Amino acid sequence: MSVAPSTVEGWPMQGVTFDELWRTLTLQAGHNAAIVVLGATLLGVAGGVVGSFIVLRKRALLGDALSHAALPGIAGAFIAATLLGVQGRSLGVLLPGAAVGCVAGVLAVQAIVRWTRLRDDAAIAAVLSVFFGAGVVLLSVIQSMPTGDQGGLASFIYGQTAAMNARDAMLIGVAALGSIAAAALLFKEFRLACFDREFAAVQGWPVGAIDLAMTALLVVVTVIGLQAVGLLLIVALLIVPAAAARFWTERLRVMVPLSGALGGLSAYAGSCISALLTNAPAGAIIVLTAGAIFAAGMLFAPSRGVVAAVLRLASLRVRIAVDHALRAAHERAEGTGTPPPGRGIALALRVGGLARIADDRVELTPRGEERARRVVRAHRLWEQYLIEYADAAPSHVDVSADEVEHALPPALIAELEDALRRRWLRVTKGAPASPHTLGGEHQGGAT
Amino acid sequence: MSPLHAPRVRADSLASLPEHSADSPLAVHAMTVAYHRRPVLWDVDFDARPRSLVAVVGPNGAGKSTLIRACLGLVPLAAGRVEYWGRSYRQQRRRVGYVPQRETVDWDFPVSALDVACMGRYGMIGWCRPVTRPHREAALAALDRVGMADYANRQISQLSGGQQQRVFLARALAQDAELYFMDEPFAGVDAATERAIVEVLRELKSRGRTVICVHHDLQTVEEYFDDVLLLNMRVVACGPVAEAFTAENLRRTYGGRLTLLDEASEAVARAARGE
Repeated sequence: MSVAPSTVEGWPMQGVTFDELWRTLTLQAGHNAAIVVLGATLLGVAGGVVGSFIVLRKRALLGDALSHAALPGIAGAFIAATLLGVQGRSLGVLLPGAAVGCVAGVLAVQAIVRWTRLRDDAAIAAVLSVFFGAGVVLLSVIQSMPTGDQGGLASFIYGQTAAMNARDAMLIGVAALGSIAAAALLFKEFRLACFDREFAAVQGWPVGAIDLAMTALLVVVTVIGLQAVGLLLIVALLIVPAAAARFWTERLRVMVPLSGALGGLSAYAGSCISALLTNAPAGAIIVLTAGAIFAAGMLFAPSRGVVAAVLRLASLRVRIAVDHALRAAHERAEGTGTPPPGRGIALALRVGGLARIADDRVELTPRGEERARRVVRAHRLWEQYLIEYADAAPSHVDVSADEVEHALPPALIAELEDALRRRWLRVTKGAPASPHTLGGEHQGGAT
Repeated sequence: MSPLHAPRVRADSLASLPEHSADSPLAVHAMTVAYHRRPVLWDVDFDARPRSLVAVVGPNGAGKSTLIRACLGLVPLAAGRVEYWGRSYRQQRRRVGYVPQRETVDWDFPVSALDVACMGRYGMIGWCRPVTRPHREAALAALDRVGMADYANRQISQLSGGQQQRVFLARALAQDAELYFMDEPFAGVDAATERAIVEVLRELKSRGRTVICVHHDLQTVEEYFDDVLLLNMRVVACGPVAEAFTAENLRRTYGGRLTLLDEASEAVARAARGE
């Protein structure tokens, strides 16, 4: 990639060469930049891993309250350090302050829920805004202090990976690795406590302590993520990758690593861009990357995605229409007249190899005949059942059976047969006779 | 009020079980339970016979689930105590299994039926250790006992209500407990599930286990259970089905509201609110 310094066209990458871009992406843009990108990526992985459990425990909002509660902690720690004559603007001072703020926030939420009749959403919203307000006031106090070197404190609100030095990044990376390891170690306990708290408690698991461990990991990831992503957006790094991963899998042991990978990818992309463009809002870019991944999953995931759901619904509609057309054809063969199916359904019948259509006459193939018999039988068994057991009038059962005939699995049909036999009705292999006159307005059915 | 004066099984006939099994697996003494300071169970006394299937029967709001939850320490007791083989629940936890109501969990959780069944083994596995093959096999065997082995790898939201109930039952079986609490296992299940559960109940009994089961279907009490506890905020009657499950006792359990108890509960709650 030793291309001449041709620049990437267009905003916002103007002035960045391919060479620079490539070296940043491959961690060759200098020791410092590489460590910062690595640290941020590990943070993203930790966010995805810990966030999976937070999402499944339905505590996403608590993460938001927690990060906002960090601001007064940070500002308070800065003021205290400055008053003591220590350099305030170092992670060694600010992160413990942030952690104290987070813990105070969690305790405040729990106290409100415990001692008042407020629900936790109200408690979380109250704590979130009051703590953040306190933090903003403290920041303005710092602004007016004569000695304070407050430069960069605001980066904790919006996040700026470029503001991190290698030592910060290493601290963040190590803490991130620690939380990933802890989550892996407690995987089984977290799964149990997230799925069924009461069963866990009955089994003797200290669910309170397990919850506490989960919250502690949430605090760690939030605190170390403040500088890179900012307290406004850190909750997204915890929630969005986990929610995105959920679209693609039905297994927790797949979801957790996948969520970690998606979080890591987002943080990697965001911090690379931040390294190239010092003014780029790294936190926002990290979160937008995660958001794009989420949107892709929401649309295209195989079973939980929107597209798949729409296709499923459409294919069900076609199946129902085909079933109705087959039943209509079958019942016409029994000697009642019904109108021929519409063109779309006629096509579906031909493509499915179920019928041949000639001069508006539907001729069922053996396969079509077989399926028609099944549908008619399910339909009429259900009608009989309604008449026998639900005291439904014979003239009213047809519409209900129209709905149900497509949905009856073999096991349920067997139960239906049992139920009818208990009422001394003869259940034959074929379809029973219809309890009402055929050829009514529901019979065309291909709608 | 009316404890079960059933003949105690003698210790020598239970040589294969641990020595203190001679005691009743479950003894409830003068239990009173309150929700938000409003009593829902008054002064319940009850002994379970070893190796018996016990139905807990009563109208809605009679405190059937509360009785189970209080026995398991999920609801604090306002008064009284519960003993398992003469000891506290804390000491006997491993020997007690629990099948909660199906509605208590989110079935969209990303786990398979086998994952859930494995949870019954977590207590034996211990902290921070992964689920190993022998435990997975035990859980699979438990799924097989309820006819769900073929569905082991299904995500739990893809199961029918009855199948989900059987998965919960399998989780309890995987624990291999000696006393089981089941909260309405037959509620809203299909015929196949009902047969599977009845089969499991009989098998548990034949292996010397005891089952306390909240049950809503009065028609099947005599067929499925040995003993019955008729409950309506207090014990109306309890004992072998043949003796306790009488028309007169049922009328006293279901017929007429217990106005006095209701009013007393209301008064207690009002006093607690400071009115």
